[in-house]
Amino acid sequence: MTAPIATNQTILVVGGGISGMTAALEAAECGKQVILVEKTPTLGGRTAQLYRYFPKMCHPTCGLEINLKRIKGNPNVKVMTMTEVTAVAGSRGNYAVTLKVSPRYVNENCTTCGECAKAVTSEIADAFNYGDGKTAAKLKAAYLPHMMAYPQRYVIDASIAGTAEGEAARAACKYGAVDLDMKEETSQLNVGAVVWATGWRPFDANKIQPYGYDRYPNVITSVEFERLADPRGPTGGRILRPGDGKEAKNIAFIQCAGSRDENYLRHCSRICCMATLKQTQYVREAFGDDGKSTVYYIDIRAIDRFEDFYQNVQNDKTVGFVKSKVARIAENRANGNPILHGVDTEGYHRYAVEHDLVVLAVGMEPEVTGVKLPADIIQDSSNFIEGSKDGGMFGAGAASSPLDVNRAVQSATAASLKAIQVIHKTASTEAA
Amino acid sequence: MTTNANSANQNALARYKNNFLKEVEANVEDGHMVKMCMQCGVCAGSCPLGPAWQHSPQKIFMMIRAGKREEVLGSDSMWMCTSCYNCIVRCPRQLPITHIMHGLANYAHRLDLAPKGQPTREIAKLFWDNLVKTGRVNELKFSLAMYFKDGFGQGVKNAMAMQATGLGLLKAKRLNPMELVGGHKCKDIGGFRKMVAKAREIEDRRRGLA
Repeated sequence: MTAPIATNQTILVVGGGISGMTAALEAAECGKQVILVEKTPTLGGRTAQLYRYFPKMCHPTCGLEINLKRIKGNPNVKVMTMTEVTAVAGSRGNYAVTLKVSPRYVNENCTTCGECAKAVTSEIADAFNYGDGKTAAKLKAAYLPHMMAYPQRYVIDASIAGTAEGEAARAACKYGAVDLDMKEETSQLNVGAVVWATGWRPFDANKIQPYGYDRYPNVITSVEFERLADPRGPTGGRILRPGDGKEAKNIAFIQCAGSRDENYLRHCSRICCMATLKQTQYVREAFGDDGKSTVYYIDIRAIDRFEDFYQNVQNDKTVGFVKSKVARIAENRANGNPILHGVDTEGYHRYAVEHDLVVLAVGMEPEVTGVKLPADIIQDSSNFIEGSKDGGMFGAGAASSPLDVNRAVQSATAASLKAIQVIHKTASTEAA
Repeated sequence: MTTNANSANQNALARYKNNFLKEVEANVEDGHMVKMCMQCGVCAGSCPLGPAWQHSPQKIFMMIRAGKREEVLGSDSMWMCTSCYNCIVRCPRQLPITHIMHGLANYAHRLDLAPKGQPTREIAKLFWDNLVKTGRVNELKFSLAMYFKDGFGQGVKNAMAMQATGLGLLKAKRLNPMELVGGHKCKDIGGFRKMVAKAREIEDRRRGLA
């Protein structure tokens, strides 16, 4: 492939989730040239992996569709998927960026007919459905990442690129779209400003040893539960627990799983209380009055104007609240039920309660945790990106702070405006 | 209550009035961390002796903030701690809970408000009295003191129950019966006692217990 044309009037947006798409679009619709790079094969990020949004309980497909339509219709945005930023040199108004582009092995001839997937037998973890975790969801090594994927183009996984299976996929394609000779490429870009919209990842639940995510099959994370509830998820929207495939009707939600804890994440991840309150309504939706959700919490932080959502859930007879951070989880070996142990703070009662399934409301960790960023980048004590010392790079969305979709979009719009200002200053300096 | 402890208690009451949290912050090891507790309850749930306590740690911390002085200092909770450090390791705010518990126990003991006859407290007192006499722990005297702490009859019963162990130790030359008379001392017993007295003096001055 050829590197896109970029100048110091161009804005680079790193990360193609809801924040990156927003930042890119706001700048592009102001007439700026934008390059949007995304590490995975599709735009959409973790927003696409949600079943529903709070508080309106609407589906993310709606908002994504609007943004994808804007991107498709705007010649100022150049999208590069499977692309990572490996180095940034220079300074505000004049950065030299190095990109690494991984091979997709499928070119733009792809019509998403799916014949390549039929020709392939080997499977890989389904990243969209958190297949590396408890859902254990798999998909073919020739795949479309998900229904809303953009670009709508299949991917041949690198694991079969040089094999007979790869050849089979190529042979199955009627459009000559499978190109197994694609190579990893490195390209250089000159840009004026950079928006880091690198997003977040769920905190690794294995690290919370007393909760036994690594030991007990019926202890899962909130992002996995999101996929279980989704009709397009691995269980077709039925809430079945991973241990034995039984319907999980009595579900415990543990708040602050990783967050507000000096041993794990020292920040409040802000969204998890609302996410859990939302998920209790998935349980109600699935089982009606037969479902039972119990929320174990330190404090409920229904951020901003969502207190009414919390009150409505409190009035739901199927939802109970226990003011206590669960101390540890054991397992009833006879039936596979997790047993929650702790002491509550409203009366200091010691409890040991069995549930069908435990959902850990895991915290938000910046995706760049453990990644070496340009030296000029300033990060806070939780690795969220604040910006750069030279004022030419900005954090946006969940890369800059734990934010829900709504606030991530606001943050991205703000970052976009700052990037536009850098471009304007650069332009006026050059004109003078 | 001894006269000393009583006057120290009166001084503390007069000095801190109804602000028990301030009193704890000033007089208890790591007491300034008490106000950091966010009442999540992980300490109580993680404690292997939890069910045996009168009050769980997060309850003790809330009682301190609520000014429940008598109840806190008279609680048996601090004396039940076995220093396993589970609570410190798991506390999301990294409160040094074990240290605070020991600090509270010590303070309650110095004011003589700690529960009377609490076994941990009694044994700690026997251990300390044994140690300061010669600068060394006299194991034989300490064991006998423990056997007989609940009266002569119970002491004889305890000693009889441990007879085989005692004889075994004698045979293996791990127990010297001559230790019963005097017992060996540290080299500079005078210096040792001065050191202990000085440490006590400094501590009392700092806590206003003098």
